[in-house]
This record gives sequence, structure tokens and C-alpha cells, in this order.
Amino acid sequence: MSEIREGLRYSEEHEWALAEAGGGIVRIGITDHAQSQLGDIVFVELPEVGAAVEAGASVGAIESVKTVSELYSPVAGKVVRVNEALIEHPERVNESPYDEGWIAELEVEVETEEALGRLLTAEQYRAHTA
Amino acid sequence: MSEARRTPLYPRYADYPAARCIDFGGWEMPVQFYGIQQEHEAVRTRAGLFDVSHMGELEVTGRDAERLLQRLTTNDVSRLAIGQAQYTLFCKPDGGVIDDLLVYKLAQDRYGLVVNAANTQADAAWLRRHLEGDVTLRDRSDDTALLALQGPLAERILSRAAEARVAELAPFRFVPDARVCGVRALVSRTGYTGEDGFEIYVDAGDALRVWDGLLQAGAPDGLLPVGLGARDTLRLEARLPLYGHELTEEITPLEAGLSPFVKLAKEGGFVGREALARQQEDGVPRKLVGVELLDRGIPRADYPVYAEGRQIGAITSGTQSPTLKRSIGLALVEAAYAARGTEVEVEIRDKRLRAAVVATPFYRRQLVEGGGRT
Repeated sequence: MSEIREGLRYSEEHEWALAEAGGGIVRIGITDHAQSQLGDIVFVELPEVGAAVEAGASVGAIESVKTVSELYSPVAGKVVRVNEALIEHPERVNESPYDEGWIAELEVEVETEEALGRLLTAEQYRAHTA
Repeated sequence: MSEARRTPLYPRYADYPAARCIDFGGWEMPVQFYGIQQEHEAVRTRAGLFDVSHMGELEVTGRDAERLLQRLTTNDVSRLAIGQAQYTLFCKPDGGVIDDLLVYKLAQDRYGLVVNAANTQADAAWLRRHLEGDVTLRDRSDDTALLALQGPLAERILSRAAEARVAELAPFRFVPDARVCGVRALVSRTGYTGEDGFEIYVDAGDALRVWDGLLQAGAPDGLLPVGLGARDTLRLEARLPLYGHELTEEITPLEAGLSPFVKLAKEGGFVGREALARQQEDGVPRKLVGVELLDRGIPRADYPVYAEGRQIGAITSGTQSPTLKRSIGLALVEAAYAARGTEVEVEIRDKRLRAAVVATPFYRRQLVEGGGRT
């Protein structure tokens, strides 16, 4: 069984989002379920820092040996930081999808609760992947 | 479309929690058992066992069997000895490829053809259209399971599970009536990975027994079951073509760099010979080349390839090479851009990334332990 972490919010496209302490910043990544479906991840095309993105828009790509899949942002905002360690170590998305394998941080214009409010809770996401 | 088909080994896939199945030409096949990179590495350094029972097996029998094959295939069947196999192609009159296949000479008047799963029906129909004289075609695909044991330790592993003459086979030679894990098998020294190895044909009903027996025999050597994902990366590193990618009805074997398997001068000619001879004389308009990405990214099938500001071809297959850890691909490009070192660009998600034409195969196994090339 893949891990679904409590306290995170989820998109139907298998991304997670977490409000950073201090407010205004949301960290995003892909779920354990997503990484396990993709298999060995060998390349992450990171979003560009400074780019403004819409919720649900493609912001990059995740490539496994076999396939490429789009990375969608679960929230709207401006990309302020990306996980550059993934350039050399894309396998961290497989090994640690919720921690070391995070992908980007976005500055959201609204309250983070509001930005995340439209996303699935852990319980709802569990039902979605069941 | 009918429901996905399954091989006799399908029940074993469930033994592996990380196994993933995909639809491959109408077959529900494992893309991986553990992980593509781990399986790939097992085949390059130790050994891997593949279920490729989806492949089609046709049998052509009769006094005119050789004549039929000589007329429909590009290679020269008359050069085959009994107990020898040959890589060859079916072409249309215009030189486009209908399929690539192995021909096994089983007896003077009996040949086995191993064809791509998705093309089996079309190949059988093509053969049937050309039947003439004393020749019978039978489709043995449903009765036959095919296991491939590949890798530097394949010989050692097989010698534990089969009689000595099997492990001693020369490349492209086969034994039609070997015993492997206690059952009757046709074993050939062939494969699709760029490594040494064997392909083992057994009755569908014996498949589980041979699969289990070989995995057990190979366990001390680190033998792993391997899915179609690693099969694809292995064959791509070795520059072996995959039908539907490097070979289609719109690509000729000469464009695909397979001229050693096209015997334009063989007696009696063959379907497609005139078109191919003309192409040979005029020079091929396109060539299949290896490319390596210089920027970060991975080329994939159908991505456009540019040079001097215009599209000059497209990627046919691409991946990140698990052995070399570089982004590699095969591309069909205008012949003027096929020279090694040519700078090209590959368009990936609306961005043009720098790439170069490189020598192939990307990977070549060492023929002598400790020596040879890298």
C-alpha cells in the first residue's frame, strides 16, 4: 500500500500540497501512489522560478525510464523555489515523495487555507485512489 | 477490440508486488517485476528471464516452403543449415517493412517463423496470399510459450537446467528437441538485449514449470524476471530495431540500417527487391541514426528533430540509458544530417534542446571477459 500522509492536501492528478509554516508559501510534490505507478524516475523537469502558474496547469514533467507524465500545479501562485537536488537525484521522488522528493514552492496570493481548500483531504484522496 | 490476451505465465506476475502490467499489442504484459533499472542492470551484469510468449510462431512446411520464404523475405534462406536461425524481414513491393522476424530451419522442408505479436495475423495473411505449390502454413502461437534467458551468466544458468549441448550452442544455432527443466524445448542462442543468451520455446502447458525451474536454477547467480520495460531499454542501447518504431510500412530496411539482412543479389529476387535496389543505387533519402542529448531532457518517440532551423526528422525511440546514464535515442533523419557529430536539436515540450548524432550501438558487450571495448 502506498502512503497517504495526513495533513497534506491532494489533487486528483496525484500531486500533494502543504502550507509552509509562516504562511503564504505552498510546497508541492507528487504522491507515493504516483511515484510507484511511474516506476524508476530518471528526470524531473522543474518549473521555472518566477513563473506564474494557474491551478491545474502544467508546470513541468516527470520522466520515468518508460514514460513521461505532466506535472500539474495543485494551486495557483508564483514559483519561488524549486528542489534543485532533483536535477542530480531524481530518484528522491521515488524514495521520499513527501520529504526529500518535494518539487517546488509557490507563493500564493490568497490565504493558504483558501488555496488548499479546493483540494482533497487525505481521506478523500484515499477514496480517490482506492 | 477483443479483451487483452494473457500468456501462460500471467499467474506468476502476481508474485511480485512491484509488477505492473501494460497493454502491448493487445496483450496484458508485465512492464516490470521489480523496477526497470534494476532489471536492466541484472541483464547487463548477471542474467534476466523474460516472458515473451506473446510473440507469434508460424510454421511453414512442404517441398516449396523454402521457395516461399525466399520470395517473401529479404535475407537468403538458402544459406541456412538445419539447426540454424536467421534474422530477416518481410517487405511490401515498395520496400516498406511488414515485419521483422527470425526464421528457424527445422528440416529441409520445414521452417519456424517468429514474428512480432501485433503483426502475427497480418504476417499469416501475407504468407497465405503467396502460398504456391506444396506448402502449408500453421499458426502455432497459441500452443507455444517463449522464455528468453539473457545476460553474461545465462549460459552458466542454463547449463544447470539443461543438457550440455544446449549451453554449447553457437550464436543463431538451435537444438529442436532439448530438455530444459525436464520438458521438451527448442532452444536457440538468440535474443534481443545485446547480451549473450538463449530463447526457449516450450509447449504452453509446460511454461510455468520451465519459468519456475529456471528462476530457481539462476537464483544463486542473481537471475531476475525482467519485464518489457527493460527489454526496451536493453534493445535500444544495443540499437536493435522495434517494429512500429524503427521499422514500419513507411520505412525501408535500408533506411533502418539493416542492409546486411537484405540480399539484393540472391537468386530469384524477392518482394520489394526492385524498390530496394533502386533506393540502394540512388542513395537512401533518410537514415536511422543514434542521437545523444547534450541538454537535460529525454528524447521520446515522435519528438521532432531539427537542424539549421527546420525539421529534418523525428525520434523513433528514446530513453535515459540505464547503463550509460545518458539520454539516448534513435532518429530517422534526412541522409544529409546522418554523419556522426552532426549537431541537431530535439524538440521536447515546445523547447528545442541540443543533441548530437553519435555512433551506435550505444552499448556493446565485451566479447572477452576483462578485455575489449566499453
